[in-house]
Amino acid sequence: MKRLLSAPSFTAWVSVALMGVLFAAGATGYTGFASTQVVLNLLIDNAFLLVIAVGMSFVILSGGIDLSVGSVLALTTMVAAWLLQVAQWPAELVIVIVLLGGAAFGALQGLIIHVFKLQAFIVTLAGMFLARGLCFLISVDSITIDAPLFVTLSQTQIPLFSGAFLSPGALMALAVLGAGLWIAHCTAFGRTVYALGGNEASALMMGLPVGRTKIAVYGLSGFCASLAGLLFSFYMLSGYGQHAQGVELDAIAAVVIGGTVLTGGYGYVAGALSGVLVLGLIQTLIAFDGTLSSWWTKIVIGALLFVFCAVQRLLSLKKAGA
Amino acid sequence: MKDAALPMPTQRVPATPLWRHPLARPLAALALLLAVAAVFVPGFFHLEIKDSHLYGSLVDILNRAAPLMLAALGMTLVIATRGIDVSVGAVVAIAGTVACVLVGSHGLAIAFAAALGAALLCGLWNGLLVSVLGLQPIIATLILMVAGRGLAQLLTDGQIITVYEPASFFWLGAGHLLGLPVSIFVVALVAGLTALLMSRTALGLFIQTVGINPVAARLAGVRTAAIVFFVYVYCSLGAGLAGLMISSNIKSADANNAGLLLELDAILAVTLGGGQLSGGKFSLAGSLIGALIIQTLTSTIYAMGVPPQVTMVVKAVVVFAVCISQSSFWSRKSA
Repeated sequence: MKRLLSAPSFTAWVSVALMGVLFAAGATGYTGFASTQVVLNLLIDNAFLLVIAVGMSFVILSGGIDLSVGSVLALTTMVAAWLLQVAQWPAELVIVIVLLGGAAFGALQGLIIHVFKLQAFIVTLAGMFLARGLCFLISVDSITIDAPLFVTLSQTQIPLFSGAFLSPGALMALAVLGAGLWIAHCTAFGRTVYALGGNEASALMMGLPVGRTKIAVYGLSGFCASLAGLLFSFYMLSGYGQHAQGVELDAIAAVVIGGTVLTGGYGYVAGALSGVLVLGLIQTLIAFDGTLSSWWTKIVIGALLFVFCAVQRLLSLKKAGA
Repeated sequence: MKDAALPMPTQRVPATPLWRHPLARPLAALALLLAVAAVFVPGFFHLEIKDSHLYGSLVDILNRAAPLMLAALGMTLVIATRGIDVSVGAVVAIAGTVACVLVGSHGLAIAFAAALGAALLCGLWNGLLVSVLGLQPIIATLILMVAGRGLAQLLTDGQIITVYEPASFFWLGAGHLLGLPVSIFVVALVAGLTALLMSRTALGLFIQTVGINPVAARLAGVRTAAIVFFVYVYCSLGAGLAGLMISSNIKSADANNAGLLLELDAILAVTLGGGQLSGGKFSLAGSLIGALIIQTLTSTIYAMGVPPQVTMVVKAVVVFAVCISQSSFWSRKSA
């Protein structure tokens, strides 16, 4: 027990356990909760959040933070909708352009953070304003997307066993998670990210490519945000500047609940999945209950964020004291 | 206001040229903006007296900037200790909601006291997380930012609460005193008291010390935890007062949208005013000017008929420019 408590992966396991408890609570409390489709719907409805959370994991592991992801998501839906509907560009080209655009936006933020030695949160805060503002420069109204490729992707159901199905978006999100896991744990870049988050000065003295890695981390986060924007536009079939308000907070909450330490250097990209699923389960439980109002979601997420931060902090204090 | 600018070493040096004064840049920016507004907006500087109240764009800007100035004063002190408080908007929503819920049944005094009490509790919570538990300020205050609006919505059951009476409730946000909006006097009072507190007691110096080097400050005997605790409580109280002002002005409480993104504007006001996000350097007068710059920008863009959302792009560009110009990158180059 004591060893389990002092293990650094403790909070990550807590989130997995919490996931089990929430699901068990739903399954015993509400009829129809314990079906495969409810679980798969968690993935379908939160596919975009999972993709953002994977990108955010890398940023937080490197000791930074990216507040611009929600706005980059909205900007992606807006640019994609405008290029498809107004400029009538082919869907494949639009997809490539917005993905490159998102990555470039993120990388530029990383470049500013690195070159001018600025705090990540203020730079990405300005990025958040910029991306949201650019959305409204394109159009203040919502643009409906009816490009055939987007509609097909939106309506396709990939059948699994016994009538349950997944959406292409959810599959893509899982693929991103897999790629994220591989990058974090099996590549030199991943190890550099951990080293950077552990101690930037030491990473620099070890001769690791600190600047390049930092820029790449924010570029990756921007890429994930614009991919999430694409998934979001498959899901909503529209581009709108008000899409995904506050998603950056959900993503940070998911990463923290998944067991990644906010000061960087410690955690798992896989935690993004358990964090997102915990958030999704809370929303599903509240929806199933029917009597609880939607604002309970915010309160519960805030409370969970507090508990996980406090536990992380107390554990690190104990370790420092021992 | 200008003499109330704080114990800043650069001001004491007699040979400092005027343009190196810490307030020179924000003031120049404000003047430039006003000049642009004067050119593009006809009648911008026009003031007139109607029903013994002074009317005009300038008065309007001061009035509308009042809640932001209150939030910026608190944010200035928080940032001076190397902290950040992103829960300001949520506290605005909570305070406004509490006041609007209670004012009908319990009267004005109790409603205002309860609203400020709720803001005080928010401040105590933030202070506890940052100074006692030692969480990173952005994360500690993020918790309240996420949950705070949920709590406010819980109080109103998700509805927008409209207040019809007493009429005295509208005095704070929409009333007039000596021909000027009441909100201007409230800001002047709060700013004056804060400036006195910073310049006549050692508190200002302590806050700067904590911001420059928290460890050294603690070793030198400064009670850093207490100072940090104080600034978060102060910031939340200011936000609470701003929330009262906003609710009183719009005669309702909107838990979802009241004070939305106010924290970002407050942070922007502090940076524009010359406060450094890395802590230690702050100017209350500068932050007030920063808040005025933001409101002038917003009002001018409105008056010019440009879609108001464009302000976000302009703000973003300004933040990038200010941060990059403050960066140590340049001093290293010149050294």
